[in-house]
Amino acid sequence: MAGPKSELAAWQDPNAAPLVEIENVTKTFDGHYAVDDVSLAIYPGEFFSLLGASGCGKTTLLRMLAGFERPDSGRLLIGAQDVTEMPPYRRPVNMMFQSYALFPHLSVADNIAFGLKQERLPRAEIRQRVQEMLELVRLEKYGKRKPDQLSGGQRQRVALARSLVKQPKLLLLDEPLGALDRKLREHTQFELVNIQERLGITFVMVTHDQEEAMTMSTRMAVMNEGRIRQVGTPGELYEFPANSFVAGFIGALNQFEARVLSQEGERLSVLSDAADAELQVNAAHSVAPGTPLVTAVRPEKVRISREQPTGADNCLQGKVEEIAYLGDVSIYHVRVPGGALVEAQLTNRARHAQADLTWGDLAWVSWKAEDALALLE
Amino acid sequence: MPSLNKASLWLRRQNPGRASVFGIPLLWLLVFFGLPFLIIARISLSEVVIGLPPYSDLLSWSEEGVLQLRVSFANFLLLFEDSLYFDAFTGSLCVAAVSTLLCLLLGYPMALGITRAPAHWRVPLLMLVILPFWTSFLIRVYAWIGILKGNGLINNLLLWLGWIDQPLKLLHTDFAVYLGIVYAYLPFMVLPLYATLSRMDHSLLEAAADLGCRPLCAFWRVTVPLSMPGIVAGSLLVFVPAVGEFVIPDLLGGPDTLMIGKVLWTEFFNNRDWPVAASVAVALLALLVLPVMLFERFREKEQEA
Repeated sequence: MAGPKSELAAWQDPNAAPLVEIENVTKTFDGHYAVDDVSLAIYPGEFFSLLGASGCGKTTLLRMLAGFERPDSGRLLIGAQDVTEMPPYRRPVNMMFQSYALFPHLSVADNIAFGLKQERLPRAEIRQRVQEMLELVRLEKYGKRKPDQLSGGQRQRVALARSLVKQPKLLLLDEPLGALDRKLREHTQFELVNIQERLGITFVMVTHDQEEAMTMSTRMAVMNEGRIRQVGTPGELYEFPANSFVAGFIGALNQFEARVLSQEGERLSVLSDAADAELQVNAAHSVAPGTPLVTAVRPEKVRISREQPTGADNCLQGKVEEIAYLGDVSIYHVRVPGGALVEAQLTNRARHAQADLTWGDLAWVSWKAEDALALLE
Repeated sequence: MPSLNKASLWLRRQNPGRASVFGIPLLWLLVFFGLPFLIIARISLSEVVIGLPPYSDLLSWSEEGVLQLRVSFANFLLLFEDSLYFDAFTGSLCVAAVSTLLCLLLGYPMALGITRAPAHWRVPLLMLVILPFWTSFLIRVYAWIGILKGNGLINNLLLWLGWIDQPLKLLHTDFAVYLGIVYAYLPFMVLPLYATLSRMDHSLLEAAADLGCRPLCAFWRVTVPLSMPGIVAGSLLVFVPAVGEFVIPDLLGGPDTLMIGKVLWTEFFNNRDWPVAASVAVALLALLVLPVMLFERFREKEQEA
């Protein structure tokens, strides 16, 4: 292969050309903004997730990429070609539908061959490519079945094969695992990622399940009320959420509304009524005193102990209200004097040290300033 | 007594609700279809006589006091010998087939249009399809005479516009028969088509478009195959009554319009030849059962596949 392999990921490389460019796209339904001035670039080979609760506009955005909805304003480019006005049947894009949308009158093999027959390919080539797809999704023996003779998981794989057989530049997946039960879903997540890596096709997936998005994506965009709130790798979104919406949407979080008292270097002192305490948090940029913000900390970064810990930046005493034993971890809910409920998560290796803590006990929760987040809204 | 125990066990197992679900339609068919059909079949095997009733008994006592069964197939033979009946049968089949096709060509876009209309338009549009049923069938067909006759609506309009000098002969033609049948039976095509089309998942058409199908191609490769049950049901609902149709060809058709329903009427009421009329009816039924059986076959195959 020519040229040195870039150390940068595609989205960090200023020379990389994006495969999908969404430029200031807006879409309204009856005056309601489904997608509100969204811009986004997705690079070749990415597994990109659009994450959000139902009604946040993620599906509308996906359907605009497929060509089923036309944006009110803005442009869509795929492979540097403007596809804003292009009908779905001419786009170099295929979609896997949430309902799978398999043709009930056609066999599995004919469903997969549907798009190839449309291209009027030679019959032998069609048969060969359908066979390859059946092997890819491990349904070799089911080619002659009708969709209603398959299980949910098998139907999902047929839908995947049908959308991949035309070798699209871009595959759109609308809640691809939504209809599967939990165990099958986890297994299929890895299978989908494997297939994506093997074929090198760019995937854009819509999901409401943050765990699913975290597991599968190279990058993801969190959407709310038609807008993208943050784009980044799963790690970035988890460790450095840009705002309290993203922080709260991805993973569990203790949030305290507070006002800035003072700043020394990157260390902020804030006053929180809910915690009834002065809290320490690190912030990258300077913030004027009096500014309202949210300081937040992930439950797994909160320590819990009977004795007051030494050297902790933030330390609150409260009463243990709830203990949930989840097998690998235990979750403690501690009510602090300000009225806030602080969640602390302990792996059960560490839990033995706290084994004597029980409901109603007084306990200390503590965390370091660098583990806390300062979220400006 | 083991057999009595068995019988009471069987009785207890019979769910009365279930029995009536099957029993009532069965009884209905027996009384209002089975029995009349047997009477007709019996008349078709007798000979015409002058008297009341105007046909011979099948069973009679001979002079020696022996019970005799006299069955005559002459009526059925006549159906094959006299070309009138054959022509009337083929004429009816032809008219019914063409009318069914016309109903399909008109009804499919209508049904599709109603399905794709905005939700608040669908019920009013369906009402418009059903509304003519609220008027008597006979009056509706009669109204066409007023529209089609020499100094009727259409001719007067065309004369007034100056497009024609002489009134066109529209009434008492084959054209009028086709018009009447298509008009009268169109709802029977539209309603089953609407029922199947409205159940179709719209995402299937999106999937077809996504896989490279233009709208027309998606129509042929997805919509039409999936609406096949509606097409078959609608076609049968139009074809079967159209074959035996009497009122429309009688009121709108000309003297040379040869349809089996009219022949049947003539045999019964003008010629008073009940046995021949009955045999025509039996033959017609046999002819019409055929497409229904084919439909059942088709449905079974659908369900197996």
